[in-house]
Amino acid sequence: MTTLGTRPLDSFVDNDQKPVGYGRMLRKEDPRFVRGLGHYCDDIQLPGMLHMAILRSPFAHARIVSVDTSRALAHPKVKAVVTGADLAEKGLAWMPTLSNDVQAVLATDKVRFQGQEVAVVVAEDRYSARDALELIDVRYDPLPPVVDARHALDPDAPVIRDDLEGKADNHCFDWETGDAAATQAVFDRAEVVVSQDIVYPRVHPAPMETCGCVADYDRVSGKLTLWTTSQAPHAHRTLYALVAGLPEHKIRVVSPDIGGGFGNKVPIYPGYVCAIVASLVLHKPVKWMEDRSENLISTGFARDYLMRGEIAATRDGKILAVRTNVLADHGAFNGTAAPVKYPAGFFGVFTGSYDLEAAYCHMTAVYTNKAPGGVAYACSFRITEAVYLVERMVDVLARELDMDPAELRLRNLIRPDQFPYTTKTGWVYDSGEYERALRLSMETAGYAELRKEQAERRARGELMGIGLSFFTEAVGAGPRKDMDILGLGMADGCELTVHPTGKAVVRLSVQTQGQGHETTFAQIVAEELGIPPADIEVVHGDTDQTPFGLGTYGSRSTPVSGAAAAMVARKVRDKARIIASGMLEVSVADLEWEKGAFGVKGDPTRSVTIQDVAMRSYGAGDLPEGVEGGLQAEVCYNPENLTYPFGAYICVVDVDPGTGAVKVRKFVAIDDCGTRINEMIIEGQVHGGLTDGVGMALMEMIAFDEDGNCLSASLMDYLIPTALEVPDWRTGHTVTPSPHHPIGAKGIGESATVGSPPAVVNAIVDALAPFGIRHADMPLTPSRVWDAMQGHPRPPV
Amino acid sequence: MQVRLTVNGDPVTAEIEDRLLLVHFLRDHLGLTGTHWGCDTSNCGTCVVWLDGEPVKSCTVLAAMAGGHEVRTVEGLERDGELDPVQQGFMQCHGLQCGFCTPGMMMTARALLDRNPAPSEEEIREAISGQICRCTGYATIVRSVQWAAAYEACRAEASRAEASRAEASQAVGSAS
Repeated sequence: MTTLGTRPLDSFVDNDQKPVGYGRMLRKEDPRFVRGLGHYCDDIQLPGMLHMAILRSPFAHARIVSVDTSRALAHPKVKAVVTGADLAEKGLAWMPTLSNDVQAVLATDKVRFQGQEVAVVVAEDRYSARDALELIDVRYDPLPPVVDARHALDPDAPVIRDDLEGKADNHCFDWETGDAAATQAVFDRAEVVVSQDIVYPRVHPAPMETCGCVADYDRVSGKLTLWTTSQAPHAHRTLYALVAGLPEHKIRVVSPDIGGGFGNKVPIYPGYVCAIVASLVLHKPVKWMEDRSENLISTGFARDYLMRGEIAATRDGKILAVRTNVLADHGAFNGTAAPVKYPAGFFGVFTGSYDLEAAYCHMTAVYTNKAPGGVAYACSFRITEAVYLVERMVDVLARELDMDPAELRLRNLIRPDQFPYTTKTGWVYDSGEYERALRLSMETAGYAELRKEQAERRARGELMGIGLSFFTEAVGAGPRKDMDILGLGMADGCELTVHPTGKAVVRLSVQTQGQGHETTFAQIVAEELGIPPADIEVVHGDTDQTPFGLGTYGSRSTPVSGAAAAMVARKVRDKARIIASGMLEVSVADLEWEKGAFGVKGDPTRSVTIQDVAMRSYGAGDLPEGVEGGLQAEVCYNPENLTYPFGAYICVVDVDPGTGAVKVRKFVAIDDCGTRINEMIIEGQVHGGLTDGVGMALMEMIAFDEDGNCLSASLMDYLIPTALEVPDWRTGHTVTPSPHHPIGAKGIGESATVGSPPAVVNAIVDALAPFGIRHADMPLTPSRVWDAMQGHPRPPV
Repeated sequence: MQVRLTVNGDPVTAEIEDRLLLVHFLRDHLGLTGTHWGCDTSNCGTCVVWLDGEPVKSCTVLAAMAGGHEVRTVEGLERDGELDPVQQGFMQCHGLQCGFCTPGMMMTARALLDRNPAPSEEEIREAISGQICRCTGYATIVRSVQWAAAYEACRAEASRAEASRAEASQAVGSAS
């Protein structure tokens, strides 16, 4: 045997034919991806396919005086040009957003943000479509824009949404949670009160694959097929039916392989609607793929919260209450993707992981002349903002009390015996062992040694910082009694068929953008049914092939659809048990189930496998009375509660005193997502989220100038971490199963994005303590860190 | 204009627009959709292919510029039905999630290993620093490349051992 060190050559290759059970398993989707044989939207080529390109507004706010398309139409390769006026004739110039607002598909009266869709060209090839955009003459009458949300409600602010009847200001909504009076009472008697203005800048999910679609209308059958970059194909299908009046059974929405979503691919964008209209009119397949600049300036952004945090405590470090006032910038149209009754998403969990006496939040949301959105950029519906607020405030309090931030957190974490724990804003945390996770993170990082090292370095004038964060997430939206998106309940279906030879097909309502559903869901069914994962095909992303459900975002796949997969497998097993009892001629009660077989209790010689039962179910022999042939089932899973993953993160940074550059030296992430299905995939999800968090903390921001020009319209300006800006992650875990999920699992997709920004910022602020700084806003670029070192931390807006 | 080049070892002749980008030529004209397009500005690297063995960003190369040269894409990594160790490494070490940046990352990794069979973590990070992955956080990509390097070293040693065994047995055979 040849070895490398002590390692045999064959040990290099892991087994992807894993037997039943949770744990590391290689991904079933990878063989196509590593061969370059993934099938993304832009890979689709159909005979006669045309290409669409979008003309966008150069102004943030302007009245449209005229649109002249004659020169574009004269281009020899152009097949159609569509303007807002054309759509208005068909009643399609406006469409509903996911938050019950409306958004212009193509502008008719005004443009309301730079990059807004004004007209589309459909041409024979993608280059000609782009060429023809230059031939459309639009005359604009520029209007003063509202760029700074803090001035959106000024009496003399120009009204952006004059399309809404009677609208005389830029107010979007007000929202509150918690008990204002009780919180005030606690603040009145508190020994220590600190407050801090905190900005969570506008950022963008920027998936590597931009948004796009191929619309193909078959005029004979009347059926529309839409291949599209959608995280929620079923929800999109229903919305197209409701908006465009197309019969729902004549719409097939397919999400092929998706090159990352992170929330960016939840909304319906004007480009999809225009491509559909073009295909309906021209009777040809029409492809639209936006370019990177279009993606950054016009599609769903995230965050953009200006928060004032206040925290009340005793002198010895018992946190009593948290209060916050938030100004939310929703852009030109309220396109927030969140359950309807939650206009601020799940920001209500801003009470964090602490046992408080009171909490209160008031929020005002405003319209500005910026791109619409407010999507979950890996944030579980605004929990990123909530966790950042409370974890920054705890550090501000620690500084005020001159107390170690780890010690302050340990004194205030919710105790294990308090679960299920109802927060002061009404969220029921399902399970947690918070102190165990925090102590594990401190041991893993060597917290005490790090503090010693920091003291030594400080004495030498070096700027080393250690930052902690402890977060609780709320994922798996959601219970249909109070969660819906445009009236669609957030339950998810699942169908499972076991074929005669014992191979199975499971059909999901959710859809993968890289999370590895084809693997994880096979493992869930395998565990329940005793059929190896290799024998289970996972079908997803095609509305003609899968049951209804609301899609993949907000870390909801495992909490909702994963539960559905477990439940449907159990339903199949229940039926199999009845058939097995007939085969073995014993009562159901005399059967025991183990590893994919039913055995007769007390008689090890008599058993039938699930595969035997499958063949019997389709066979010619008699089945027990009342049992139909075949072995399949379907469920629609309505979660009774969200699941609440949590974690403790520690970040160590070094700040260059000469340049303000930050180096993330070390990052320890301890996560608890309950029952762990595939270790490898979980670790990958955490790594990706940590990188998002470092990006937001150090470099990512969608910025605007005073005229509303987007200053982050390319990847040269909107910075995303490369391999050089992030460390080798150190991950670990605890396991606290959820009592509200059939297999005890909680979501993991966004934990690290939620938990890491405060850890990084806390570390940087800690490093800058010698300068008397107690807060500095993201993104902490070298120049902004430099400003903070001069004692003048600059807000980003 | 007409362009003649070699793609994954096969000669290709095509009539193209002068301004056609190599990435679109590969994808739309040759159907080699493993090479992706992700930005307009040479920042993301999802479009990396080899031009005469050197990784280039094919969104910033005109197809015409590839005339007379040899292009290799992700579809050309697998040889005789066997995956390249880099491809195996990415699967073994979870070096991909959505798969969109993966072809470009693998092309860069293969080029790195061809000139440096045992790169350090820093050298791997440097090599892929012109490319963006939004899913993995890079650590597993680094591990994937390290896996491929170790696998190739091990395989080379195995074939050396096999050769010396064959030599020894031949020597024994001719002695007897």
